Amino acid sequence: MGTTTPGMIEPSGGPSASLPRRRFAELLLGTGFLATAAAFIYPVLRYLIPPKAADLGADSVVAGRVGELKPNSGKVFRFGERPGLLIRTSDGQYRAMSATCTHLSCTVQYREDLHEVWCACHNGLYDLNGRNISGPPPRPLQSFEVQVRGDEIFVRRREG
Amino acid sequence: MDTWQSNLCPLLRARLLLLAGALLLSGLSYGQGKDSCLDCHAALPDPLGVSQEKFSHDIHAQKGLTCASCHGGDPNSDDPDKAMSRKAGWKGKIDRKQVPGLCGSCHSDPAYMRQFNPSLRTDQLSQYKTSVHGKRLASGDSKAAVCTDCHSVHDLRAPGDPASTVNPVNVANTCAHCHADATYMSAYKVPTNQMADYSKSVHHDALAVRGDLSAPTCTTCHGNHGATPPGVASVANVCSTCHVFQSQLFDASAHKEAFTALSLPACVTCHSNHGIVHPTDEFIGTGDKSVCTQCHAEGDAGYTTAAKIKQQLVQLTTAISGADQILGTAEQSGMEVSQAKLDLTQAKDVLTKARVAVHSFNSGRVESEIKPGLEIAAKDHEAGQKALAERNYRRIGLGISLIAIALVLVGLRLYIRQIES
Amino acid sequence: MSLLQNTRQWLDERLDWDDLIAPLCKKTVPLHRLTYWYFLGGITLFLFVIQVLTGILLLLYYRPGANEAFESVQYIMTKVQFGWLIRSVHSWSANLMIFTAFAHMFSVLFLKAYRKPRELTWVSGVILLFLVMGFGFSGYLLPWNTLAFFATKVGTEITAQVPVIGKPLMIFLRGGEEVTGATLTRFFGFHVAVLPGLATVLILVHLLLVQLMGISVPPKLEVEWKAHPAEKREIKFLPNFALRELMAWYVALGVLGALAAIFPWNLGVKADPFASAPAGIKPEWYFLFMFQTLKLIPAKVWFIDGEVLGVLLFGTVGLLWLLLPFLESDDPSRTKRWITGLAVFALAYVVGMSFYGYLAK
Repeated sequence: MGTTTPGMIEPSGGPSASLPRRRFAELLLGTGFLATAAAFIYPVLRYLIPPKAADLGADSVVAGRVGELKPNSGKVFRFGERPGLLIRTSDGQYRAMSATCTHLSCTVQYREDLHEVWCACHNGLYDLNGRNISGPPPRPLQSFEVQVRGDEIFVRRREG
Repeated sequence: MDTWQSNLCPLLRARLLLLAGALLLSGLSYGQGKDSCLDCHAALPDPLGVSQEKFSHDIHAQKGLTCASCHGGDPNSDDPDKAMSRKAGWKGKIDRKQVPGLCGSCHSDPAYMRQFNPSLRTDQLSQYKTSVHGKRLASGDSKAAVCTDCHSVHDLRAPGDPASTVNPVNVANTCAHCHADATYMSAYKVPTNQMADYSKSVHHDALAVRGDLSAPTCTTCHGNHGATPPGVASVANVCSTCHVFQSQLFDASAHKEAFTALSLPACVTCHSNHGIVHPTDEFIGTGDKSVCTQCHAEGDAGYTTAAKIKQQLVQLTTAISGADQILGTAEQSGMEVSQAKLDLTQAKDVLTKARVAVHSFNSGRVESEIKPGLEIAAKDHEAGQKALAERNYRRIGLGISLIAIALVLVGLRLYIRQIES
Repeated sequence: MSLLQNTRQWLDERLDWDDLIAPLCKKTVPLHRLTYWYFLGGITLFLFVIQVLTGILLLLYYRPGANEAFESVQYIMTKVQFGWLIRSVHSWSANLMIFTAFAHMFSVLFLKAYRKPRELTWVSGVILLFLVMGFGFSGYLLPWNTLAFFATKVGTEITAQVPVIGKPLMIFLRGGEEVTGATLTRFFGFHVAVLPGLATVLILVHLLLVQLMGISVPPKLEVEWKAHPAEKREIKFLPNFALRELMAWYVALGVLGALAAIFPWNLGVKADPFASAPAGIKPEWYFLFMFQTLKLIPAKVWFIDGEVLGVLLFGTVGLLWLLLPFLESDDPSRTKRWITGLAVFALAYVVGMSFYGYLAK
């Protein structure tokens, strides 16, 4: 700890002769403390402010807004890590299902002319309940629950 | 003992054995009503043996038919002479040439079959007569396949049964029984490498390995009862039952006319018939693995188009792998890029569609297909770059904080020195 | 009078402030070759404070529950401003704290600071070490990813090996027979309420005891200084030692920040209870030495089940560790060397087994 034994319990002398040095050290210290304090407070303050994108968890997402979809049309939305398909049928009802084709995982789409869900990769077809009705897909598309609350369309995984 | 054995004549000995066996097994019979045929024949060795266990799998037995239904005779009598008498209608072993007619006597009768399964087809015999097997059999060749060769006999299972010889997953093995046997097929002028080729194919992989029952096996393209190879002119129609887009594009392309004129089978020329392997981008273009150069040479329009299409595919593939790479690096550095990675799968979908569009042999068409894919890949590449920029921003932030901390450390050091001097 | 002096007087008039902090002003730290090892306790305390602060911040966004936990951590890492920083600091600081806690324990062991009259300080410290490992174990599950899920499964399975009370203990920890969302809720309760409460009380006790007893001196030096009082070297705690300790804390802060920014803690894959365990599942590094030991014990030793033997062994060692000061004669000149030897062996064992466990398949 240096050649002298600092902080020794002995009567200390008068104030050190190098006052400007001490001032400089204090200044440096003060600036440093302030800088580090700012470097901590800034992220923490930003953290405390909730982000715009609301987190609803993986079970429920807002797939769209009322009025966004015309009858007899569909749109692909993000549901967790995978795409989902929201359809508005000709009579105005909403249907939602997984958009990952069960054949080779291409993303399916809604066909207005066929009123069915179609996979462009190998011509697979599903009905509006997600059941595989033609082409190579071996299994139906997982269907989701749709709830309209206010002007938001919520899509949730089915229970059980 | 010796006297007993030597005193009895052989025939009597056989009959006593059969009677003993019959009595034993009738005690074990499942109470299905008297079936003296099975009682004896279950105890006999091959080729006369049919075990109760084996017969229990037979769908005809399950529906209530007996040995006598096909072979005739009297199943109520334990006396072999009475049971197997011509007077009782006993036919004995059915001659191969008689088999289709025998099976057809029920299976071509809709009124009869309606009692058991109204939705079962009843045209198998008439189809069979149009097939190569049927025609050869009619011309006197008894080596040709008959019903029992494919469907098995005495343990004949419904096609839906996974153990059935005619279940889709087993069909290729059943056909290969003869068609892969070079010795058996030596008299005919057909190759015997189809099974070997098919085993290497994507269709085999899908069906037998992944269990995808929508994948084709021999009967899908050749027919089952009316089994005949499609023929050069019509093989494309067979492929197009599943590969709709490719065949539509092909028919609209210049190749259709050219291939017809040259009597080339459409799909098979490039993709082969049995050994259809997973196509790669190497098939296209002017490289040494390409199929285009089989016909096209440097200088002709086709050669140029092939090169162009190849270049377009390479462009998209490179863009996707570039985006993939940068997203991978970003993820490795701890950045969260799951949304971009999800979007990239759509670009991969576009690549799949572009590879289908190749069958138009029109570079303009392929160009329009890859455009959306290139856009997505570019967007994702940008997202990756943004993620890396964010990473660098964090590192700069860290650097600044570390400088601030260094300031404090230096300040403390000096301050300590000061108060201790 | 300055603001500082005014405040001081205000406090003194109400709380007897001057008398309260007098011991702290008089406190000294022995000065010798190994003085710097005294930092370790303070650093552990500093990291604990960091954990509490970042933990509280995480609590503002984290949601316990099998169907929300992973997504909420993902939300923190991706959408919350500087969420990645708070979470990564929390994870890194946890690991660093466990490391410094172990280092602090070993340094106390080697400096023989556990001797009379500091036995209770040692006992409270060892219990704190166990609590800290409990913090690590419970906290690790909270992001609900595959690794955490299976590590918890394996870890709680091992507790079932304790004779008699093992199974009920496992069910208590898991909140059921299997590791489920109920386990997550329970571990969350342990991690943010039970363990912090216990730890805070014990830390206060531990610090109080340290203040009351003063800082210990290694035995040889103690003898020397007793014989020649003039050679005794000390440094004032306030401000000299404290300022140096502050430097150490700032270095720790810098290290933490660098680790969090350059190696952010990853999310993993969301846990799927029905998926099979990934190959070569291992617990976190601070459990590796125990895990590897259990792996090395043969399936059956004599008539005892290997795992039961292992668990009993660690239980016994833990108990003996807790009571270590009472196992040694308290006559300083007759301090047996055997505890030092044991300490060396223990350190070598923990380090060696941890590496072995890390490298093993």
